[in-house]
Amino acid sequence: MNNLDAKQLDAAAVALLQQWQAKPEHTNQDRMAIPPQPMPCQAPEIRRHNMDEVSSGYSAAQAMLEANRCLQCPTHPCMEGCPVKLPIRDFVGAAARGDFDGALEIIKQQSLLPAICGRVCPQELQCQARCTVGKIFKKPESAVAIGRIERFLADREKTGTAPTLLQPDTGKRVAIIGSGPAGLACAADVRRAGHDVTIFDAFHKFGGVMLYGIPEFRLPKRIVEQEVERLRQIGVKFVPNFLAGRTRKLTDMLEKDGFDAIFIGTGAGLPHFMNIPGEDLIGVFAANEFLTRSNLMRAYERRQAATPLPEMKRIAVLGGGNVAMDAARTALRLGAEEVTLIYRRTEAEMPARHEEVQHAREEGVNFRMLCNPKRVIGNENGFVTGLECLRYELGEADASGRRAPVAIPGSEFELPVDTVIIAIGNGSNPLLRQTTPGLAFNAKGNIVIDDCCRTSIPGIYAGGDIVKGAATVIFAMGQGRIAAAAINQQLAEE
Amino acid sequence: MSGDDYTVLQRQQLSENVFRLKIHAPSVAVERRPGQFVLVAVDADYGERIPLTIADADPQAGTIDLVFQKVGLTTSLMAELPVGSHLAAVLGPLGCPTHITPRRHVVCVGGGIGVAPMHPIAKAFHEAGSKVSVIVGARSRELVILEPELRAFADEFILCTDDGSAGRKALVTEPLKEICEREEHPDLVVAIGPPVMMKFCTAVVEPFADIDILVSLNTIMVDGTGMCGGCRVRIGNEIRFVCVDGPEFDGRLVDWDSMLKRLQAYRPIERRKLEDHICRMEAAADAREKTQQ
Repeated sequence: MNNLDAKQLDAAAVALLQQWQAKPEHTNQDRMAIPPQPMPCQAPEIRRHNMDEVSSGYSAAQAMLEANRCLQCPTHPCMEGCPVKLPIRDFVGAAARGDFDGALEIIKQQSLLPAICGRVCPQELQCQARCTVGKIFKKPESAVAIGRIERFLADREKTGTAPTLLQPDTGKRVAIIGSGPAGLACAADVRRAGHDVTIFDAFHKFGGVMLYGIPEFRLPKRIVEQEVERLRQIGVKFVPNFLAGRTRKLTDMLEKDGFDAIFIGTGAGLPHFMNIPGEDLIGVFAANEFLTRSNLMRAYERRQAATPLPEMKRIAVLGGGNVAMDAARTALRLGAEEVTLIYRRTEAEMPARHEEVQHAREEGVNFRMLCNPKRVIGNENGFVTGLECLRYELGEADASGRRAPVAIPGSEFELPVDTVIIAIGNGSNPLLRQTTPGLAFNAKGNIVIDDCCRTSIPGIYAGGDIVKGAATVIFAMGQGRIAAAAINQQLAEE
Repeated sequence: MSGDDYTVLQRQQLSENVFRLKIHAPSVAVERRPGQFVLVAVDADYGERIPLTIADADPQAGTIDLVFQKVGLTTSLMAELPVGSHLAAVLGPLGCPTHITPRRHVVCVGGGIGVAPMHPIAKAFHEAGSKVSVIVGARSRELVILEPELRAFADEFILCTDDGSAGRKALVTEPLKEICEREEHPDLVVAIGPPVMMKFCTAVVEPFADIDILVSLNTIMVDGTGMCGGCRVRIGNEIRFVCVDGPEFDGRLVDWDSMLKRLQAYRPIERRKLEDHICRMEAAADAREKTQQ
């Protein structure tokens, strides 16, 4: 049943690699004849009952074979597709020669979190979408698996390697608010320039959305902890239980606490709700709450964890993004008997990564496309008992180019569920607006920045979801680095 | 910021199930204002995060006082914390501070443990030059807290107990109604206590269009920073979040019935966890006894 067994895949790759290495020279035809290397995965019927990572990662032979599928084309369009402009062709080239250390060195000049990006970047929309190999085959999924190679390289590095080269101490102090991807990336670049960096987080643990949002089976917590540890090793300080704006006002940090600059990377804010009747019934969760309870507070370890999640049998998840997939798959692992994902368009319009949709389907999540809930139904004690939905059909394309779903009148039907998880995105967080006079926000409540991530207050920078609404880990990292460059420039000029 | 080690400096049992802890948390102590709260966890890996109101703070000493009632697992563990031990996390001060402006006459109603967060608010209105009437309600004499502190400044102090063991044998709504019906109406009522009490205080004030009513909601929270959406309440038909929009709301706009139901969500699970904990404590005590014999 499971054709993605790690041992079998490795044995096949080792055999192929021997033949490959026996040939003195390789043509592009040879390269294109190498079969794309599948990712070893836990079998769906097993992994839906555990929190362990779904994919165990390439073996060395697989990584080297996959890297040899790259044609090393002179235009390297993959690099253009990368938000942080990683020299992809070069590190893949090094990996193809078996120079894994050299390959990782190339990545690390540009990216600080390769183990994380290799796992959670939407490569199929970025680097791999532009890959020449995928174009030649007219199949994007035949592109060189850049993300898997990146992950392999990052994972094989042992912890405690030599710290990145640091500039001499400048005595300048920078506060980073939030320890998610934007904050960590910004911190690393600012610290490397010799500045004193302190990261503040509202939680008692560090990693932000990579900790409380993305589940263990997709991004193991130890990977995030390693990245945090790496920053500690180069002298970055971490302060937990600190809510900027409330524990301390941003302006006080600049004017009284001696910080020369502040980067705000506090992430997305309050979850959106559907605004349908019954949303305040017991058993209706925002995905943020559901995932935080499970991931950060470890509610999945029911015996030890003090934070409860109710016993859930039949669950409806509303939404079609990665967060919806994470929630649906977490629900399965928490022991749900039936998980139904409800999305008002079709699978083609789903914003979730194809791989996540496929994994969810394999694990047994039911997909009800072209449906939207009308109301949540509850019993006299206020507990959810069902969800009334309407069927939809696709109409004309809307402003975003996607065909707008249109409700079919009279098509109501009821789905018996005891839990409803809402994963339809986040709004902004009003906290900094309430507590930071002079900081400019747009109509959506997001912080306004310029091209260099500067806000309306000199010395305060911002990036990631707090300026964009929900985006990706790599986008947030990219903005963290843009802000870091601007901060380093400001501090050099002072 | 640094230096906040959340050490338990003092521990006081106020009544059978109510405790007061003095915690070392200088950055919270400096910034906190009346009406604000903190999130507390007793265990970094497996602990839950619960909201507790700040009863008092001393910015010079860098301490905050938390008054809480033993109801669930975390509050039971907190009640057992010895002086010198640490909480795993204290995040705060959270929520919007009470908007303190001089009012003509403020009636502050505190029920049970709600007297603790009511105290700094009443004091702040007094210091702002308002006439302050205080109504304190408790089940019985032993459960009355902070009486001397409140009497020290209140222009009027009314104590009610359910069983009549101290003060009037009445619910707090009775004297509240009398004050509202006086010839000169108060212009603000602040009610903090069990949700049912706040709901009925609102009902008393409802007919008096010239009296504002402010209530402080204590819902279930996870992060307390405007991320999880667990603390949502319906305020005048809109979804609002207690952690960042509250904790204080216009009592007239609160959808009390929906909120009361949501507070019951985890009762059965919480009871099980607490029973588990008590079982383990008893087993440990038995084991200790056996080794002593």
